[in-house]
Amino acid sequence: MTLASMKRKYEPRTPAARGDGLTTSAMIASLAAEGYDTVAAPFGHALVDLARKNERIVGLSADLSKYTDLHVFAQAMPDRFYQMGMAEQVLISAAAGLAREGFLPFATTYAVFASRRAYDFIAMAVAEENLPVKIVCALPGLTTGYGPSHQATEDLAIFRGLPNMTIIDPCCADDIAGMVPAMAAHDGPVYARLLRGKVPRVLTRHKPDYKFQLGKAQLIREGGDVLIVSTGFMTMRALDAAEALAADKVDAAVLHVPTVKPLDTATILAEAGKGGRLVVTAENHSIVGGLGEAVAATLMRSGVTPRFRMIALPDAFLEAGALPTLHDMYGLSVAKVAERIRGWL
Amino acid sequence: MRPDARLGAIANMSLERRAWNIRHKALRMGEVQGQGYIGQALGIADVLAASYFHALDYRPEDPEWEGRDRFLLSIGHYAIALYAVLMEAGILPEEELETYGMDDSRMPMSGMASYTPGMEITGGSLGQGLGIAVGMAMGLKRKGNGAFVYNLMSDGELGEGSTWEAAMSAVQHGLGNLINLVDFNDQQADGKSTAALARVPEEAKWVAFGWHTQRVDGNDMAAVVGALDRARAASGDRPRVIIFDTTMCKGVDFLETREITHFVRVEPDEWAKARAVLDEGMPQ
Repeated sequence: MTLASMKRKYEPRTPAARGDGLTTSAMIASLAAEGYDTVAAPFGHALVDLARKNERIVGLSADLSKYTDLHVFAQAMPDRFYQMGMAEQVLISAAAGLAREGFLPFATTYAVFASRRAYDFIAMAVAEENLPVKIVCALPGLTTGYGPSHQATEDLAIFRGLPNMTIIDPCCADDIAGMVPAMAAHDGPVYARLLRGKVPRVLTRHKPDYKFQLGKAQLIREGGDVLIVSTGFMTMRALDAAEALAADKVDAAVLHVPTVKPLDTATILAEAGKGGRLVVTAENHSIVGGLGEAVAATLMRSGVTPRFRMIALPDAFLEAGALPTLHDMYGLSVAKVAERIRGWL
Repeated sequence: MRPDARLGAIANMSLERRAWNIRHKALRMGEVQGQGYIGQALGIADVLAASYFHALDYRPEDPEWEGRDRFLLSIGHYAIALYAVLMEAGILPEEELETYGMDDSRMPMSGMASYTPGMEITGGSLGQGLGIAVGMAMGLKRKGNGAFVYNLMSDGELGEGSTWEAAMSAVQHGLGNLINLVDFNDQQADGKSTAALARVPEEAKWVAFGWHTQRVDGNDMAAVVGALDRARAASGDRPRVIIFDTTMCKGVDFLETREITHFVRVEPDEWAKARAVLDEGMPQ
C-alpha cells in the first residue's frame, strides 16, 4: 500500500450531511447529559482545599495545568506548583524525587502522555519503589475528538499490568472531590483519570448519600433484570440508560466501580451472584484490558457465571470528530447503551 | 563532619588507597559471581573514593540521616562498584561481600533501593537518575535542607532524551544543590559512546544547557578532588556537572587492553591474576 492510497479521499458534503453542526471539541462539558448540574474544576479546588491542610502536597504539570485544572492550585499556591514544561519523563521522575524527600506530588498531564510516553518512569521511578506519586490525567478514553494522539483508550490496560499501582476512573464531580483526599491518604502510587472543566455532578443526584471510597464499588441503583457494572463517566451513561430502560419495563441496577485496581471483587461477586440478572460491564476504554476483562476474570475465577456482556470501545484507533457523534458511533451514548442492553435481554 | 574525621586512625588513609580498596573489593565480588561489570567498577573507583571520603557528608551508622548528601546510582549495573564503596565507608558490612549477586542477597547485580542500605534509588533503566535527582534537589530546597544531590550516570545515558529533559529542568528550577557526575569511559553496550550519540563535545552541550561544567581525568585523584571541590563551592543556583574521563578496567593492565570492555569477560583463572596486578600497585 502506498502512502497516498492510505489517505482519506475528500467527498464533497452538503451542510445537511454534517448533521446538526457539531464541531470537534475537547470539552468535557459536551459529555454532560441534560439535567445534571456542573461543577467547575472540581480537581483543582479539591486539591487546594486539601493542600491547605497538608503541607506535603505539591503540584507539577507538564505544560498542561490549564487543561488538567491544576491551574487553580497553581494560582492559589504558586510556591507549591512546579511547571515542568513539555517533558513528561522528568515530570514523573522529579515527582518521584520529591516523594523520596517526603512530599506528596500530584503530577498532571494528558492520559496518553502519562501512559505512553512516561510509562517506564512511572514503572521504575514510582511504582517499583511504591512511592506516593499521584498521577492525574485528563482526556481519558474517548473524551476528545482530536483522534488517537489525544485519546487514551488503552491507559487502564497499561496501568492494570503495573504492580503497586492503584487506578481510579471517576464518574463525575462527586467522585473527583472525594478521590483527591483518598489519593493523598493512600500510601502508594495512584493513577487517576480526570474529567476537567465543567464536570457534571451525577452520583449524589442518584444517591444523595454517595461518598467516594477508595477500593469500593457501590450500588447506585437497584434493579432486577440487568446489572450494569460500570466505571468512569460510563456510570452516568448507565444511570441514564437505566432510566430509559425503565420506560420499557426493564429494571436495571447500576454498580459503580470507580477504583479499577485493586478491584472490589467481593462486591462485584456479591452483586453478580444475585441470580438471574444479565451482567453488563460499561467503560470508557478499549475492550482489551479494562474493567470488562477484569470483571470477567473475577467471575470466571470464582465460578460465578451469569450471562455476561461488555460495553467498551473497540480495539482500534478511533476516529476524529465531534464527541457526541463519536460516542454514538462507538456505543458510549445513552441511546446506544440502552439499545444494546435491550438487544441482549 | 566528614565520616573520615570520625574514623580515627583510618582517617589518614589516602584517597588513592581508598580507591585501591574499592577496586580490590569489586574484584572479589566479581570472582564470587564469576562475572560482573568489573570494568566500570575499576574505572570509577577513584571518583567513588573521592566522593565518599572527601566530598559527601553522611553517617555510616544511619544511612537515611536527613542531613546526608544524596548519592544516586543512575547506572544500576555499576552496583558492584557502589557496594564496594558502601563497604569501604562502613554502610554495608564487608562480610556480605561473599553474597554478591546470590539469591536472597542484599546486593543484586543491578542496584535497587529496596535491597541495599545506602542505595538511594533503583537505577538500571538508564536515563532516569538525573530526573529523580532533579526532584530530590527540588525537595531539599523546599525543606531548606542544605545537602547536595549527586547523580552518577554514564556517557551512554547521554543518549537518552530524558537526561536532557532533566538537564533543562535543573536549570529552570535553579538547582545549585545538584551535582551530576558523568563517567565518560567511551564504552556502551554496542561499542564506543562517541560512535553513537556522544559525538559532539559533551562540555559544550552542558554549557549550552546552562550548567556549571567541568571535564577532568577521572583517574587522576587530585583532578577528581579539585573538580568536586569546585562543584561544591561554585556560587549561584546553576546545577553542576563534572564529566570524568575514565579508563575501563583501570588498574589491571591486561584487562584495560581488552577490546570489548562493556561487559568484560574474565576467565576463572584471571581473577587471581587481576588481584595480583592490583596488589603490585597498592598505594599506602
